[in-house]
Amino acid sequence: MSAVRILGISGSLRADSHNSRLLAAAAQLLPADVEYVRFEGLKALPPFDEDDEPNPGPAVEHLRAEIAAAQGLLFATPEYNSSIPGQLKNAIDWASRPFEETVMRNRNAAVIGASTSMFGAVWAQAELRKILGAAGARVIDRELAVSYAEEQFDAEHRLVEPELQEALEETVTALVEQARISAASLAADRS
Amino acid sequence: MPQTAIAIAPGSYSYDPVHSSVTFNVRHFGAGKFRGSFADFDATLTVDEGGAIALHGVVKVDSVQVKEPRLAGHLASPDFFDAERFPEITFQSTSFNVGEEGTLAVDGDLTLKETTKNVHATGEITFVDDDGYGNARAGVELSTTIDRTEFGVNFAGSLPGGQPVVANDVTLTVELEFVKPLA
Repeated sequence: MSAVRILGISGSLRADSHNSRLLAAAAQLLPADVEYVRFEGLKALPPFDEDDEPNPGPAVEHLRAEIAAAQGLLFATPEYNSSIPGQLKNAIDWASRPFEETVMRNRNAAVIGASTSMFGAVWAQAELRKILGAAGARVIDRELAVSYAEEQFDAEHRLVEPELQEALEETVTALVEQARISAASLAADRS
Repeated sequence: MPQTAIAIAPGSYSYDPVHSSVTFNVRHFGAGKFRGSFADFDATLTVDEGGAIALHGVVKVDSVQVKEPRLAGHLASPDFFDAERFPEITFQSTSFNVGEEGTLAVDGDLTLKETTKNVHATGEITFVDDDGYGNARAGVELSTTIDRTEFGVNFAGSLPGGQPVVANDVTLTVELEFVKPLA
């Protein structure tokens, strides 16, 4: 079986972020043979500027390399003003360029989200799925809206609501399934 | 056996890439038509001794061409055709009827994203038994309209006013010139 790597990206920069916690809850559900890497470089990315594209710098190169090395991307996004955080959009904008050779093309992606409101970042997740699709990704058609996030995690970073935990597991399973197909296809191309 | 007003000489015809095209158009922004084409495709026309005709075609999805290169990449992505997982679109006629003055009514299996559906296309056929260069030539023009969502092409972007960016109905048109050396 070909090695599968999942890259987790939290759209929140806050140290005690609910979405980073949600990402950790998702990572615990990954099968043992799947490698998980958490992307930590969101804050270091410069604002996207076409003038900087010829030499985007190490932070952008790091982002692109991490995405290219993963068969699946798992995004956890908060919701700011009914949409995704600017720093997350900025990262996808960098990753999506140049469009002819973007690392986002055919990259499997799943989106989950948490917020302290009753809506669980549901609009941000819809927007993120749209953005990822436009960037060329293969987006899992599922959402996980974790509302009242401050009440939803236990001490082991698991979701306390069984239904949410089950839905998270289903999303993770769907992403891994697609990532395994891509990994096998990649291995076949190399052989 | 269909009776044809136009008699096409029996044999296997290969397509002439210079004089053939595979195009699609779809309502865009609820207003104009958006058009695109596929640069890489293959088609054969087979006519048996009894005059029965069969058409087979294969389109390479990643050869999709539109005026905007960024959009071509998006069309090849999983949002639309998903060229990585489903690299080809195929068509195999199941009935090929030539009417008066070369009118065509063709049924066939269209396979897109591993979904096969029978579609009905209409158009016309022309035939030249000797083009003066040692070939018989047949021209086939066919058009049909499919609901892209029935084939799993589900992109559902909408405008701020709620109208769909692209309609579900997509018209596919092939204009194919076939050639067969004279015996």
